[in-house]
Amino acid sequence: MAKKKFVVGCFDEEDVLFPAVKKVRTAGYKIKDVYTPFPVHGLDQALGMRETSLHTAGFIYGITGTITALGGISWVFVKDWPLDIGGKPHFALPAWIPIIFELTVLFSAVGMVLTFCYLCQMAPFVKKHHFHPRATDDLFVMVLECTDSTNTVEAEAFLTNAGAIEVKTEIAEDGWWFGRYDKDTKLFEQKAVIA
Amino acid sequence: MASSIKLKFEVPSKMKTWSYALMGIGIVSLIVGLITKGMSHDHHEKDIFLGTLMYNTIYWLMICNTAMFFISITTMAWGSWQISFKRVSEAISSMVPIFGGITLVILLYVAFSGSHIYHWTDSEAVANDPILKGKSGFLNLKFFTIWTVLIIGLWSLLGWRMRKLSAEADKAAMNGETGHKFIIKNTKIAATFLVWFGLTVGSTMPWIWMMSIDAHWFSTMYSWYNFASTFVAGLCLIALWVIYLKNKGYLEYTNQEHLHDLGKFIFAFSIFWAYLWFAQYMLIWYSNQPEEVIYFKHRVQGAYKGLFFLNLIINFICPLLIFMTRPSKRNYTLMTFMSVLILFGHWIDFYQQIMGSISKDHVTLGWLDFGILSLFVGMMIFGVSKALASKPLIPMYHPFLKESIIHHT
Repeated sequence: MAKKKFVVGCFDEEDVLFPAVKKVRTAGYKIKDVYTPFPVHGLDQALGMRETSLHTAGFIYGITGTITALGGISWVFVKDWPLDIGGKPHFALPAWIPIIFELTVLFSAVGMVLTFCYLCQMAPFVKKHHFHPRATDDLFVMVLECTDSTNTVEAEAFLTNAGAIEVKTEIAEDGWWFGRYDKDTKLFEQKAVIA
Repeated sequence: MASSIKLKFEVPSKMKTWSYALMGIGIVSLIVGLITKGMSHDHHEKDIFLGTLMYNTIYWLMICNTAMFFISITTMAWGSWQISFKRVSEAISSMVPIFGGITLVILLYVAFSGSHIYHWTDSEAVANDPILKGKSGFLNLKFFTIWTVLIIGLWSLLGWRMRKLSAEADKAAMNGETGHKFIIKNTKIAATFLVWFGLTVGSTMPWIWMMSIDAHWFSTMYSWYNFASTFVAGLCLIALWVIYLKNKGYLEYTNQEHLHDLGKFIFAFSIFWAYLWFAQYMLIWYSNQPEEVIYFKHRVQGAYKGLFFLNLIINFICPLLIFMTRPSKRNYTLMTFMSVLILFGHWIDFYQQIMGSISKDHVTLGWLDFGILSLFVGMMIFGVSKALASKPLIPMYHPFLKESIIHHT
């Protein structure tokens, strides 16, 4: 994993955040992400992010569940071990629909949770850098990714002009790492920039 | 900004012509049907004629009534997103007294004319039948008449009060206090309407109007099933009118976001309908009791087999697969197509529910059904467009209007 330099700007108003996002993008800065305490409607579009394909994955998992359930039950009750249950036909579809439905929901739910964790790089003991603790409380935290040619002083001034109430430059781990926060203090110390 | 908003809807002459033409076709087929079937000496033909009128009028009455239900639930939830097209739902619900009057006349005629549709009106049959005797506490003409009048009367009255109150939002700007009072007043009437709606559509109304055609049979799912059926269709009707007005350049504050939410409602309640359909079918299929299975026997294995499964395909499979994605609910063309399809699908649903009990051995779907349907569609277009033209299209001083304008899904 590589360490990178970031410029962080904190906003406390949605009305300021949206024009700021627009200004920052027009100015050519690369936004790594905007961390918000709650889902903000329309922010994805403002950031120009592509729509998530999580729901497509969910649909595929659901269909897999449907086929698994239908295939499994019909193999057991029609081919492998046919039983006469209350004089019903062996292929008793209406009676199976609740189970097929349950398996569809189970597959899509578990599959989507795991996919979501994978996409967000979340798992037990996987750690990522927090740019500002108040991102989970009351601040919208915009993080700009810097390149070698980025003038951080200029970028900070730009964010302040755009309405940020707090700005700072940070060198932080870009990806994730295994570990525990209480034993990882040395990771937060500033080190030389690699990228 | 407000000056560019078109508040006054003018009924286009083309629309008027269309509604007259549809009503004309309807009246012609009504008269031809009355002569060939209604005045026939054959009881069966007569029942088919009356049954056709019955399911059409009940269907359209219930759809228009769910528009008021839609307003009431969103009012109770203090939902604001529908305010920008609230007048459309109101205009649709204003058809309730008219369709209600027609329904009342037809139902009372069916009950009192000694027709064979309601088996329980035959006092001789009731006397020799322990099951009908057991139900005679509420399946009798007195209760039927009083309850039917109450149902239609209170729907009309409460709906009228709701619409009258809504007109206050056209008069003057409200401050915090008067706005709050206005919302509370709305909430109270909406709550009253919902209680009555639950007592009628949610339970008794489908029992006495429709389920009592098969007087021996009963299903506890029946009322909810019909509620879901008409609510989906009602939402489709609202969506169609919203799209029409958008196309004509009205309803400037309504956009894709509102359409998306309507689409979500249609999607969700299509699945709710299918859930009730299945809950009703599966339990009866599983227990396999002769007195319960009798309802499904000729529908699943007899003449109605095709319609029965077509119903499921149009009203469940199609919305499930087509409305699953986000862009499809935001697409005006697809929404129009799906709304028409679902409205037709639930009309078929009502057809097989009522006619499947009246004419068990052969499907009578034909010119008469489509003729009467066009009569009701014509009346609906005529009445709703007139109601839309009589009021400003957007309640400009409604306290929640701003929330509706900036609505975002």
